[in-house]
Order: sequence, then structure tokens, then C-alpha cells
Amino acid sequence: MKKFGKGISVALVAVMALGLMSCNALAANLKGTVATDGSTSMESVIGALGEAFMEAEPDVTFTYNPTGSGSGIQAVSEGRCDIGLSSRALKDEEIESGLVETTLALDGIAIIVHPDNPVTDLDVETIAKIYTGEITDWADVGGEAGEIVLIGREAGSGTRDGFESITETEDACKYRQELTSTGDVITTVSQNPNAIGYASLASVGDTVKALAVDGVEPTEETVMDGSYVVQRPFVLVTREDEELSDVAQAFFDFALSEDSAEIITLAGAVPVNVPADEEAAE
Amino acid sequence: MCLPMKKRQSKIDPVTGGSDIRPPVLWDSLMKKQAFENFIYGVFLLLGLITVGCVLLITVYLIISGIPAIREIGLFKFLFGKTWASTAKTPQFGILPFILTSIYGTAGAIALGVPIGFLTAVYLAKAAPPKVKAVVSAAVSVLAGIPSVVYGLVGMLVLVPGIRSIFHVPDGASLLAAIVVLAVMILPSIVNVSITALEAVPQEYEDASLALGATPTETYFRVSVPAARSGIAAAVVLGVGRAIGEAMAVMMVSGNVANMPSLFQSVRFLTTAVASEMSYSSGLQRQALFSIALVLYLFILLINAALNFFLKRSKEA
Repeated sequence: MKKFGKGISVALVAVMALGLMSCNALAANLKGTVATDGSTSMESVIGALGEAFMEAEPDVTFTYNPTGSGSGIQAVSEGRCDIGLSSRALKDEEIESGLVETTLALDGIAIIVHPDNPVTDLDVETIAKIYTGEITDWADVGGEAGEIVLIGREAGSGTRDGFESITETEDACKYRQELTSTGDVITTVSQNPNAIGYASLASVGDTVKALAVDGVEPTEETVMDGSYVVQRPFVLVTREDEELSDVAQAFFDFALSEDSAEIITLAGAVPVNVPADEEAAE
Repeated sequence: MCLPMKKRQSKIDPVTGGSDIRPPVLWDSLMKKQAFENFIYGVFLLLGLITVGCVLLITVYLIISGIPAIREIGLFKFLFGKTWASTAKTPQFGILPFILTSIYGTAGAIALGVPIGFLTAVYLAKAAPPKVKAVVSAAVSVLAGIPSVVYGLVGMLVLVPGIRSIFHVPDGASLLAAIVVLAVMILPSIVNVSITALEAVPQEYEDASLALGATPTETYFRVSVPAARSGIAAAVVLGVGRAIGEAMAVMMVSGNVANMPSLFQSVRFLTTAVASEMSYSSGLQRQALFSIALVLYLFILLINAALNFFLKRSKEA
């Protein structure tokens, strides 16, 4: 998986370099360090953006400290990093304490089952009941009789964190298997007609069936307009009372520019600033 | 002028010398030889020290990074706690499920793998025709060379669904799947070490047994095997070491949930507990993972001590 990610980012860097040459979004020859700190789920997105940024600005050092959303928000409020990374929206008291959130992208989590499973639609409450062990048989949710096999991710995984916080099942899931990668979850679900799992929307292929949630199919569009609810925002957190350094501001603008949309898409999330939208706005 | 000089030189014994007027050429070459020898010894010593240094470095590092979490959690709570919930709001760090899973899993793999491996070794060392022996030995070598991730992959795609349909359980990822994979993985070490031990049994023992009227089978099991028992014990211990240290293959077939071990339940081993959570861990969780690694390391040290004991006895016998 790691290697695959690297390959993508190399490709991205090439795409980016071309894009930069044509639009000149960045003033070259910036010097300094951009320090980011926070969400582990944003690793692939922020890593790809950071690599592309450093490629465009060779004198800039980009650092990313994967500590988790809470620690990242704390770090930026204490001035220990330039930009905090959070995979949840800021709470009211965090905004009151002088932090600003800027949504970078949205992350959709698909609920997946075996292709032969007749179930096509579940609501969030039912999903929560299934994962906490209240519902244990597919017959109770409109499927063929059979014990539901719960597949999840390991403790600390951003996807697990996202899924459990959206379905409000933190620390209550009765997993049958805790696997260590998105690919393993998809393979395992594709092997077992009674399995249910969750995985980042961008990774789901034909081997498994992604369920509609509350009647809404998971697609980029439904994640964008918010009708597919098993999703969360990837947020850049900054301080209200303090301006970013030139380098950090350059990265901030770069990350939110429409040129970055493709990088974000390839890293598995749904970018907020897609070129088409900007054109429409103009 | 030259002649007398030569004469005088030839009178001096180059070895005993006895005088301070040594022949300069010979002395030089001796010194050079000695210096070269010393240099080579130095290189050998250095290379040896690198190995020892690695072991020391790992040991010291594991102890230093493994102790803090045990101190914070409490040794008893850590080793005998039944719940592992490292990222819960009130985290719990009990590794008894991992320890028991590792022990049960290894014991299961030994129970399944040793009879097969041992009998294969007896057959290959004593009874097999040369052609069959060559083919089977080659197969065993290939088995030894297969990367563990391949074992895991085959287990995940064939064994896990197989167990699900044969035993009619909801999911096949279980302790049983891990045991089967481990049993196959330890076969090569058991077969190879056992063969070496059996082939070292002096021919005279077997000849005498046959001459006394024992059948070949009686000879193998009453004479050859007892004579090779220390070597065979070493093979078993080597298998234990391989099984307890394996991470990749078992991670892919065992389900990885921190349950107390049970044959058809999803389980987590000591190795997989470290490997599965390390990438996203932080704080006390990460320190606790180092502590698990320390516990695993102590297990491996014990197994190594046992192995050395058996090998030494096998040499003396």
C-alpha cells in the first residue's frame, strides 16, 4: 500500500509541475518550514500535497506529525505548528478559543458487503445496531438468514475512528476481525457472503457492494452535497489572531487551489474546491 | 669489502639471533607478516563484535523502551489483564489474551507439524529410495524459502473460506487457521534438523539391530530415533521458535481481535499485537507495544536457551 501511494505521489508531482508551469500559482523560491500536526486519517492527502508542494518549492521543508485530530488542534492553538489537521469539524468552544477551520476535502466511508448479499440499503441506526451486536442476523435486516460477520480496522486507524464517531459506536463495536489495511477489509468481505465492513470510498471496487445509507448511494456527488451521511470533513485549522508565515500561507493557498483537487482525489478524498465549481462561481 | 660482510652475516643464526645485529631484511618480513596477521585478527574481531553489538543494541533498546509502560500500567495488570482496549476512552492494556494465544497457537502448530515433519524425516533419512529422497528434499527446501506473506495470502484466500464452509462457522479467520498455517511453516525446519540428527546415528547401531533379527521398522524406531533424540528435540524447539515469532502470515488469517483464545474465535498473537497497531500508535499505547515486544523477546530468549541445551546434549551423545 505504501509503495502504491508513493507511485501515485510521484505521478502527481509530475502532473502538478505541469499545472504550475501553466498557471504560475506560486511565487518560486520560498524558503522555510511548514509544520503540520494532527489527524492520522489525513496522512495520504496531506502527504501527497506536501510532496507536491516541496517539489514546486525545493527550498521549503514540509513536516507532518501524525498525532491525531485532537492533538493537532491543541498543537496549533498552542502555536507548536503552523497548520493543524483535523478529520472532524471544530467544536464550538474550539472556534471560540480563536481557531479557524477551512475545509480541505471530504472523506466518504463506504459500508460494504458481499456482492451476493441481497441487502442494498441500511440506515445509520441499523448499522450502529449491527456493529454493537444488537442485530446479529442478516434476516433481521432483509437479507438471507446467516450470522453477520463484522469486519473492521485496527485501533488507531483513521477510518475506524471516522466510522465509529459517525455511527456513535466508539469502543462498542463487536468486531469479528480487525484488519490492518483497507485492501484486507475489501478482500475479506469479498470472500464471505455474511460479512459487512467499511472502507474509504475511493478504494471500493467491483469485488464488493457498497450499501446505500438512508437511501443514498455513496458517490462523490452525494458526499459533496452532504446527502450521504457516513462522511467527515478534512479540515485545516489555523489561528484567528495570527497570520501564517509566508511559506505556510503559500502551502495553505496551494492546498486549497483547484490544482490540488486532482491530488486530493487520487489520495482518496473528495476535494471541496473542484475546478468546475470555481468556474460556475465565476 | 663485500665478501667479509657476507661471511659475517651468514654466521648469525637468524632464529636465535643472540646479538643485536639482526639481518634487517628477514626481521622486516617477519614484522610485516605479524602485522598482517594482527590486522586480519582485528577484522575478524570487528565483524564478530558487530553481531554481538546488534544483539546488545536490540536488547538494551527493548528494555529501555519496554519498561516505562509496564511501570505505568503495573506488571501484574499488564501480564495478566484480560482486556486490551488501547484506544478506548479509558484504555486498558492487558496482554494475557496475546500471551495465551501465542502459547496455544504454537502448541497447536507443534502438535500438528511435529508428527508430520518427524515421520517425513525418518522416511527420508532411512527408508526412502534416493530418487524419491531427492524430490522430497527439494520440495522441503522450496517450502522453507516461501515468504511468509505468501503463506498468509494463500491462507486468507483458501484456508479461511475453507474453514468457514467445513466447520459451518460464520467466519473462518480463527486460531485454527493460524495453527494450520504455522504448522506448514515450521515443517521445513523440523524435517531438516531431524534428518541431520538421524543421519548422524552410527551405521553400526542399525546393523547390529538388524543382525539381531529386528525388522527395519523396529530398527528405525527402537534404535535410530532414540539415538537421535536430542537432535530431534532441537528440531522441535527450533519449530517453536519459528512459530512464536511469526507475524505476517498469522496476521492475515487470525482475525486480529484481542479475544481470549478459542479454536474458532478471532485471536491476536503477541507478534501481531505489535505489528497491527504500531503504525498509528502514540503515547502510552506505543510504549505498551514496546513492552509486548519485550515480553516476546524474553520468550524467544528462553526458547533459544532450550535450543542450545538440546544441541549441546546432542553433540555430547
